[in-house]
Amino acid sequence: MKTATLKSRRRFLGGAAATMAGAMATLTGCGRNEVEAFLQHNFRELSKDELRQVVARLEQDAKRKYGKEVRIGTEPAQQGVVFGYALDLSRCIGCRRCAKACVKENNPSRDPQIEWIRVLQLNKDEGVDVSHADPYYNPEEVPQEGHFYMPVQCHQCRNAPCTKVCPVGATWQEPDGIVVVDYNWCIGCRYCMAACPYGARRFNWGEPAIKAEDINPVTHYLGNRPRPKGVVEKCTFCIQRTRKGLYPACVEICPTGSRKFGNLADPKSEIRYILENKRVFIFKEDLNTKPKFFYFYGV
Amino acid sequence: MYSLRALRHFVLDSIGHIFQGNRYYFAWVGFLLVLIAAGAAAYLGQLRDGLIVTHMRDQVSWGFYIGNFTFLVGVAAAAIMLVIPAYVYDWEPIREITILGEVLAISALVMCLCFVMVDIGRPDRFWHIMPLVGRLNFPTSLLAWDVIVLNIYLLLNWFVVTYLLYCGYTKRHYVKAIVLPLVLFSIPMAVSIHSVTAFLFNGLAARPFWNSAILAPRFLASAFCSGPAILLVLLQILRKVTNLKIKDEAIFKVAELMAYTMGFTLFLTMAEVFKEFYSNTEHLVYTKYLWFGLQGHHTLVPYAWGSVACGLAAFLLLLIPRTRHNWVGLNIGCVLIYASVYIEKGMGLIIPGLTPDPLGEIYVYTPSATEILVAAGIFGIGFLVFTLMLKVAVPIMLGELTVTPGQPAP
Repeated sequence: MKTATLKSRRRFLGGAAATMAGAMATLTGCGRNEVEAFLQHNFRELSKDELRQVVARLEQDAKRKYGKEVRIGTEPAQQGVVFGYALDLSRCIGCRRCAKACVKENNPSRDPQIEWIRVLQLNKDEGVDVSHADPYYNPEEVPQEGHFYMPVQCHQCRNAPCTKVCPVGATWQEPDGIVVVDYNWCIGCRYCMAACPYGARRFNWGEPAIKAEDINPVTHYLGNRPRPKGVVEKCTFCIQRTRKGLYPACVEICPTGSRKFGNLADPKSEIRYILENKRVFIFKEDLNTKPKFFYFYGV
Repeated sequence: MYSLRALRHFVLDSIGHIFQGNRYYFAWVGFLLVLIAAGAAAYLGQLRDGLIVTHMRDQVSWGFYIGNFTFLVGVAAAAIMLVIPAYVYDWEPIREITILGEVLAISALVMCLCFVMVDIGRPDRFWHIMPLVGRLNFPTSLLAWDVIVLNIYLLLNWFVVTYLLYCGYTKRHYVKAIVLPLVLFSIPMAVSIHSVTAFLFNGLAARPFWNSAILAPRFLASAFCSGPAILLVLLQILRKVTNLKIKDEAIFKVAELMAYTMGFTLFLTMAEVFKEFYSNTEHLVYTKYLWFGLQGHHTLVPYAWGSVACGLAAFLLLLIPRTRHNWVGLNIGCVLIYASVYIEKGMGLIIPGLTPDPLGEIYVYTPSATEILVAAGIFGIGFLVFTLMLKVAVPIMLGELTVTPGQPAP
């Protein structure tokens, strides 16, 4: 009942907004696109028609800015799928190919530089103790004697502290378990960054810059589409790939096979096998975030 | 019909009065306008280039702006410290101070809202946070709570002050049935604005430095000394430059209350430090970074000890009757309290909460020139609001600015 009235109210506001957009464009002398962008509602409140218009406008904007045709998909979550991830700490060699492949796939700003995966170099005699972590290690060769490596990215928590604190509902968990951000609704308050115990969220401190040849044109609205300045972004398990049955870019590139990905809802999946049979470790388990990103020791 | 006309006169006379004054008044207002212009210029640069012109980064994603916001919420909350005795006990000498306290609260709240606005990455999407039009994530997000309570508190204080001044202007006694319930309501509201602001940090398990149950009590205790500290200095200035009569007794009484709350603040700080160091868990790093530095980074150490030293000195100055009743001692005490709490909230709360970051990295944050200029501009706005409101309030309180002679008496 409550959602029904909310929806009808928003539909009314949405209709009013559409007529207002035209009037405001004439009055302020701004482009119609800018006014429409200003009045655009939260992704979860857009009707199919509105979403189509929004996507067309965003594709236009992206082309104008980057000089390249970008397709923005809106594929919904598949029924009966909850994505899970497991990373083998005993195999990871710290080569950072995952972090680079992620950048290539997900269109983060190159300058200022944004990377969603941070690989920590840890000391074997200290264990997983981040106070001894070095994310800026840069030796000739990896792995280094006496060290092991722990890549950290969004843990897609079931009990996500980041979505809880967002004052405007610009970030939420999708039915397939992926925590997403609506880059056109985020106000850039960065409360989610303060709330995340994994340091997984990134902010566009400046205007994102990517060369046309570096743009990945295959994108998703809730994932790797080009972002504006002043909003938060994060790993989405490559939503634009995984919702089509592909592996995330980091899984595909990993040369040691440390990265495992699959459907937690499928009892026969590899990810379920790992969780049931291997020694699994949950990072900052005491915080009760219930991640869908697990570490394990395969050997 | 009469009251509408009186209201019109009240508004027009108030506005007219703002444009009258001696050269010191205009020099002060001019200075504030320059400050505001400098801040606005810096902010335009930030709007153009993004928050990259600040020194905040992913590792320390909140800084000077949110520190100032937190401090000023405390100042706004402190108005009740003066309201409680004045209205509940009908305590005569303190009533004028109450109006001033509420004017201070309004100015502080205006600054709070400005600091939030300059901190967000997309101020153009401000309407997303407005109830009904946007999508306020209430009651789940504490920031949504903060938006609501701060705005209610602002409206409440604004209404009470305007109403009291309007009554003074029309030479009528205020209706107690209107004022008393609102003032009584403002007491839990004041407690709630600072508690909610504390909970905003407190609720984040990812940041052990803030995730402490005594954070809200600490916020309230420190606010109840820093808010009046500003006010006591302003009262003495007003006493000098206007005909406002404020009894020494009232000032000394407030100073005494400040001494107790400062003592309590220091005790709470000590309790926090004891718990961290004695239990010596992995969460100690943040407290260590603040008090002793970590891995060769000592930026915050002088602030931490400086804050405690100022607080302790002020506590003693205001506690001992001889120094409290001495104007030099009293004023030094006030300035020290202000310094102590400002440092503690500005640098000592936000930064160690975020350093080291959740993956152990130490990013040394200090505010950039833009952040300092923008903050100065916002303080300029706050002082301007305060000055202009007092410019009208003081003569009304003194009975110098009243309904125009020749008008029928109410």
